Amino acid sequence: MANLLQQTTSLWNVTMFALAAVVLLLVVLGFVTYAIYFERKVIGWMQLRIGPNRVGPLGLLQTVADVAKLLMKEDTRPQNADKALFALAPVLAYAPAFGVLAVIPFTDSIQFADLGIGVLYYIALSGITVLGVITAGWASNNKYSLIGGLRSAAQMISYEVPLVMSVVGVVLMTGSMNLREIVEAQKDVWNIVPQFLGFLVFLVAAQAELNRTPFDLPEAESELVAGYHVEYSGFRFAMFMLAEYVYMFGMGALVTILFLGGWLPIPGLSFIPGIVWFILKFSLYVFFQFWLRATMPRLRADQLMSFAWKGLLPVALLNILITAVVISVQNGSFHS
Amino acid sequence: MSAIYANNYVIVAIFLFLGVLLPVVTVSIIGPLVRPNNPTPEKLTTYESGNIPVGDSWVRFNVKYYIFALLFVIFDVETLFLYPWAVAYNKLGLFALVEMVIFIVLLVIGLIYAWRKKVLEWN
Repeated sequence: MANLLQQTTSLWNVTMFALAAVVLLLVVLGFVTYAIYFERKVIGWMQLRIGPNRVGPLGLLQTVADVAKLLMKEDTRPQNADKALFALAPVLAYAPAFGVLAVIPFTDSIQFADLGIGVLYYIALSGITVLGVITAGWASNNKYSLIGGLRSAAQMISYEVPLVMSVVGVVLMTGSMNLREIVEAQKDVWNIVPQFLGFLVFLVAAQAELNRTPFDLPEAESELVAGYHVEYSGFRFAMFMLAEYVYMFGMGALVTILFLGGWLPIPGLSFIPGIVWFILKFSLYVFFQFWLRATMPRLRADQLMSFAWKGLLPVALLNILITAVVISVQNGSFHS
Repeated sequence: MSAIYANNYVIVAIFLFLGVLLPVVTVSIIGPLVRPNNPTPEKLTTYESGNIPVGDSWVRFNVKYYIFALLFVIFDVETLFLYPWAVAYNKLGLFALVEMVIFIVLLVIGLIYAWRKKVLEWN
C-alpha cells in the first residue's frame, strides 16, 4: 500500500486501490454481520437468555438469514412520498459511512489514504449522514417519520459539537490532524491518560452520534414507531441499519486511534503484531457498546438536548483550555 | 510528493464511489430480481398506526429545531477555527493562547445568553 502511494497515478495503482477498497468493504460487511450476531448473543447472556441459536451452528448464520430475508422483501414506497428523495436518502446515509473509512490507518503499513487532514475529513463526511436521516424523514410524508427525523437531526447536530471539540485536545498535543501521526505521537503514553476529560466527552458524544443506548431516541420503537425509517422496507431499510453499524466500525477505529494508541502495544508486549493490538482495542470498544445497551435505560428527550449543551460542551471547552495552557507551560511560553 | 497527494484523493474517490454503488446495486439491480412486487392500494397508504391518515404530513414543526440549528452553525464554525489553531499551536506561542481564550470567551458569553434565555430547555 505504502509503495503504491508513492508511485505516480496510473491505471495499475487505481485498480489496486479499488481492489483493496473492495476487500475492506467485504471485511466491513463481515464485521457488521457478526457484530449484530454478537450484540444479540451478548445481550442475551446478560439478560440470562440464550440469544440466536437456531440458524446454523450456534446461530452463526442468523444475520445472514436476516439479510437474505430483507433482500427478498417487497420494497414498498408510499403513494404520497417524494419519490426522488425517498430513493436518495438511504444512499445519502450509507455512502459517507463507508467513505470515512478511507483515512483509517489500521497499522503503520495497512492504510488507505494518508490525508493530512484525516480528522477533519472524518468529521466532515460523517456530518452528511444527518442529511440522509432528515431526507428520509421528510420524503416519507409520514408524521412519525418527520418527527423522528427532526429529533434525530437535532440530536446528531447537538452532539457533533462536543464530539468535534473533544478531538481538538488530541490535535493540540500532536500538532497534526493526520491520523497516522496522531498514533505515532502516542509512543510514550496513550492519549487516554493526558486527555482523559476529552476521552470521556468523546465517548459520550460518540454514543449519541451513533444513535445507540442511552441516546437511541431516534429509534425509540415505543414512542415513535421506529423514527425516520417507518416507511422504509426491504433493502432500503437495511441500508440505514448497515450505515449505523458501519459507523460503529468507523467510530471504534477512531477511538482506538485517537485515544487508545492505535496499533501501539502495551510496553513489553511488542512481539505481538500491531494489527492484533488494533483489533483488541477496537473489539473492547465494540463490546462496551453492547454492554451499555444491556445496562442503560433510554434518556428523556429534554434531558438529552440540554445535556449536550449544558454538560458536554462546557467540559469540552474546558478541556481545550487546560490542554493549551499545559502545553504552553511545558514549552516555557510563560517564562520568555 | 504530488503523486502521494493525487493518490490519496483517488482512494477517497474510490471509497465514495463504492459507498454509492453498494446501495444502488443491491436496491435497483439485485433487488428486483429476487423480491416480489405486488403494490396494492392499502399497502401504498401512509402508515399511521392503522388509522386512515389525516391530512398531509408536511406540516409546520417546532421552531426549537431551528434555534438548535442556529446554535449548531455558530459552534461548528468555532471548531472550524479551533482546528488550524490547534495544529499550529506549538509554533505560535503565548499570543495564540490569549487570542483563542478571548475567542472562546466571546462564544461562551453567547452560550450563557442562550442558557439564561431558556433556549436550551426542550419542552
